Amino acid sequence: MIYARPTPSQEILLPVKPAFMVATLLAALLMNLLPLSGWWLAARPDFVALILLFWCIEQPRRIGFVAAWLLGLLMDVADASLLGQHALAYSILAYAGIVLHRRVQRFSVTPQVLHVIPLLLLNDAIVLVVRLLAGGDFPGYPYFAGSIVGGVLWPVLAIVLKLPQRPKPDPDHA
Amino acid sequence: MEHQPPPFFKTGPTPLARLLICSVLSLLVLIADARFNLLPVLRQVVSVVLYPLQRIAAAPAGIAQRAGEFFVTHASLRGENARLLHERIERAAALQQLQALQAENAQLRELLATRQRVAVKSQLAEVAYSARDPFSRRIVVDRGSQHGVQSGQPVIDHTGVVGQVTRVYPWAAEVTLITDKDHLVPVLNLRNGLRAVLAGTGDDGTLELRFVPLNADFQNGDRLVTSGIDGVYPRGLPVAEVMNVERNAAFLFARITCKPLGGVNRNAHVLIVSAERQLPAPPPEEEKPVRPKRSRKGG
Repeated sequence: MIYARPTPSQEILLPVKPAFMVATLLAALLMNLLPLSGWWLAARPDFVALILLFWCIEQPRRIGFVAAWLLGLLMDVADASLLGQHALAYSILAYAGIVLHRRVQRFSVTPQVLHVIPLLLLNDAIVLVVRLLAGGDFPGYPYFAGSIVGGVLWPVLAIVLKLPQRPKPDPDHA
Repeated sequence: MEHQPPPFFKTGPTPLARLLICSVLSLLVLIADARFNLLPVLRQVVSVVLYPLQRIAAAPAGIAQRAGEFFVTHASLRGENARLLHERIERAAALQQLQALQAENAQLRELLATRQRVAVKSQLAEVAYSARDPFSRRIVVDRGSQHGVQSGQPVIDHTGVVGQVTRVYPWAAEVTLITDKDHLVPVLNLRNGLRAVLAGTGDDGTLELRFVPLNADFQNGDRLVTSGIDGVYPRGLPVAEVMNVERNAAFLFARITCKPLGGVNRNAHVLIVSAERQLPAPPPEEEKPVRPKRSRKGG
């Protein structure tokens, strides 16, 4: 029976430790700060957006707009971009994640990608619109490549980030 | 009071309300930063918070680079040493001539009672990373206000002008490259002394001369150096070479594309130049001299 097999979202997981969430967000920030250039930079997903979206979907009550907004501000300063553009984009991303979390959680990991990529593209689009309004030029379509790569990384992330919440096998029931 | 839900259901404002608050806050910050440039202090504070993280993020690349430097072969080191020695001997003659010329120039200027040229001081900075903002061309160097770097200082490398310091943090500084969109450098043609304004296009490796009349004498291969009339760039630094001149009578101005002479986006080290000149006050009712500042048009 294929319906009997619990999808990852129906598994009963242990509550996530807040320290683990903070650690993953810090790690994402570090990944974003890596001094890359050229193609690596173009293909690098916005890890902060990705992890933020993950926690907004998985733990919508543990993470909120304050975290999203502050992370956005950090990214703005780190990227030497306009102050507030990532803050705005991450806030909207967090909202989308929190509003859609029930829907996205119903799907198994692979169809989730189809939700994640549009959300990450939306994140890019907000930044793009802000910069175009501020007098910038469209940087070309490779600008969106990072979000596609981010979507492809989602299944891996979903497995890795849920590992610490997996209940330990009970030796009595082995 | 009776109609209040029990505390178990209290979750604060709805997500939409929170989103609205955050969006309004973001927009306020955006407008304050883009239009009025009001928040340098906030940027400084955040940059100090970020600094340790940035150091940690840069560490792996630094270690890899140092490991790579450690494992060089004896032969390549000897080859490089020989090449450097050769270069030094070649340049020694030019340098001796330069010293003589400088002395002669100073003497002539004294005879003519003109102001002496200011000696240009510079400090070496390492490029920490190129800023990840895909909308602008900037690099971040590892020298900041703690090392005496000031906003507005020109940045050069061994072949030409690279850009200009636009934001200074305590331990880092942002350099806007000359290829950044709307970054302007006043230049003059080394061949005939024609002055023009060189603008970045936002595209690596392409610059364009703006507002040059169709009949102006610019040819392929002309070298452009800074004219120094802006008071920012010292006079005579090589900037670019003319690549293509397109004269179309349908347009008012010639379309002249150039390529930068400095290694604008492929340097590991750059020089931050400080030229302290006192310019005479600009005449009151005339057009302002062009300043190579990033114009913040539209927002």
